[in-house]
Amino acid sequence: MKIKNNIAVSDSGFVFNPATGESFSANPIGMEIMELLKKGTPTQEISNTILEKYETDAPTIDKDLHDFIQILKQYTLIEEHGKA
Amino acid sequence: MEKQRYERPMIKKLESNMPNKFGMRTEYRPMTHIDNVAVKDLIDEYGSPLFVISEKTIRNNIRSARKAFETRYPKVQFAWSYKTNYLDAVCRTFHQEGSWAEVVSGFEYDKALHNGVDGSKIIFNGPDKTEEDLNKAIKNNSLIHIDHLDELYAISEIAPGLNKKAQVAIRVNMDTGIYPMWDRFGFNYENGQAWDALNKIMRTDAMELVGLHTHIGTFMLSPNAYAVAAGKLADLAIGIKDKYGHEIKYIDMGGGFASKNKLKGTYLPGTDINPSVNDFAEAITGALINSNFKPDNLPLLILETGRALIDDAANLLGTVISNKRLSDGRRSTILDVGVNILFTSFWYDHKITPAQPFTQYAEDTVLYGPLCMNIDVIRENISLPLLNKGDHVVIQHVGAYNMTQWMQFITLRPRIVMIDPENNVHVIRERETLDRLLEFEKVPDHLKTFDL
Ligand SMILES: Cc1ncc(COP(=O)(O)O)c(C=O)c1O
Repeated sequence: MKIKNNIAVSDSGFVFNPATGESFSANPIGMEIMELLKKGTPTQEISNTILEKYETDAPTIDKDLHDFIQILKQYTLIEEHGKA
Repeated sequence: MEKQRYERPMIKKLESNMPNKFGMRTEYRPMTHIDNVAVKDLIDEYGSPLFVISEKTIRNNIRSARKAFETRYPKVQFAWSYKTNYLDAVCRTFHQEGSWAEVVSGFEYDKALHNGVDGSKIIFNGPDKTEEDLNKAIKNNSLIHIDHLDELYAISEIAPGLNKKAQVAIRVNMDTGIYPMWDRFGFNYENGQAWDALNKIMRTDAMELVGLHTHIGTFMLSPNAYAVAAGKLADLAIGIKDKYGHEIKYIDMGGGFASKNKLKGTYLPGTDINPSVNDFAEAITGALINSNFKPDNLPLLILETGRALIDDAANLLGTVISNKRLSDGRRSTILDVGVNILFTSFWYDHKITPAQPFTQYAEDTVLYGPLCMNIDVIRENISLPLLNKGDHVVIQHVGAYNMTQWMQFITLRPRIVMIDPENNVHVIRERETLDRLLEFEKVPDHLKTFDL
């Protein structure tokens, strides 16, 4: 699971999908996760990174990360394993 | 390394030029304190949910409403509408500010007496006054506002037995240009019912006609409707003077001024569009002064203003139970505040503000209450910062009708506190307990035990 290569994520949280012309806005932690996903980081590792850096707990992150990835899929910003 | 404050990850599609059904983000700052008391401390000490009433705001509201009328008209009297909020501490605040009591049932009448209001300063409205209620009200010289002919006949039978003249007014309903017309209460002006009732009163010794009353509706947005109503009551009063040589003492314009809440279906916040008490005062006093009353003989003007004096004096604090994603992708948040204690969420888009700092990121959210019922929706759509489980919110302008129309349903009703002008917190109503509720119940002997 990976953010599609052609998706542009700017430092200000502006996300653009050239394939559809749609644009999005993400908060800083959302961008951070997208950057990690872009590099192909496994979700468990993403959870750990966030947990080290932020004041929260594992169940909260797992739930929020899962929800965030669902939304990325819904917006077709993510490519599933095996697909081009 | 110190950890950073966590905010859940969020991404949303930007839809330029699309009208946003989630409305405007109206609040960019958290509401961490109420009258200098921290919301967090209030919840830690008194629990969540929690109603918080500001005594200072009540006093400011009634004082500025009085000023709006008293600077325009020589004789003004407010009467606190008990049904709007009949917590003793609230009523007594209004009574300390000089307001009489306006009640619509035997229960409310007794509550006003219990609060120490003299019977002659209780206005008794409403269609349901029992014989016992009328007996009491006549004995106490209360102001009985007759709603229908059956009540008029009942008073003419009861009063002579008490050797008293009942002090009465009639409630008049009329066309003020506002529809639907509230014609179910009182006697109609246009079709002659009002005159018919007045003639009956004037021809009996059992009653003294002391006033004329109307209450044209609630959450009224048109000051002009009040001008029309005041003009029609003035015409009746002057007609009575001409016909019987009898002068009434007061004109009671009822309640109904809009508060600063935002009615569902309107686009702009109520603070921007609803008329102020000054606008209503101008319309009413203007109509009375321009009527045919002699300038040195104007009747007392009574106002039974409810929601406009109390709505913004109360907040409801709540806590996030969970965040959920709905099947269509919308975000939903479950609060511990249900419609059973926030009845007005059926009428208003309540303004809701987080009680802790947040970033500029917001998400369109459906806000649900905790009841396991489909109707339990606090806001169908609201743009809210990213709340976490356990975060607190402040639901604003909840002072009118919620603390009287609330229900014990599924959950127990929470505490109510009042913050006094020196910022001390007082519990003015305890939270309900199972034991208290069980005191009302009785189990027949044959149902006492069972085997499962
Ligand atoms: C007779 C009467 N007076 C006063 C009020 C208070 O009205 P409001 O809260 O709209 O000012 C009501 C409420 O419906 C009422 O029925």
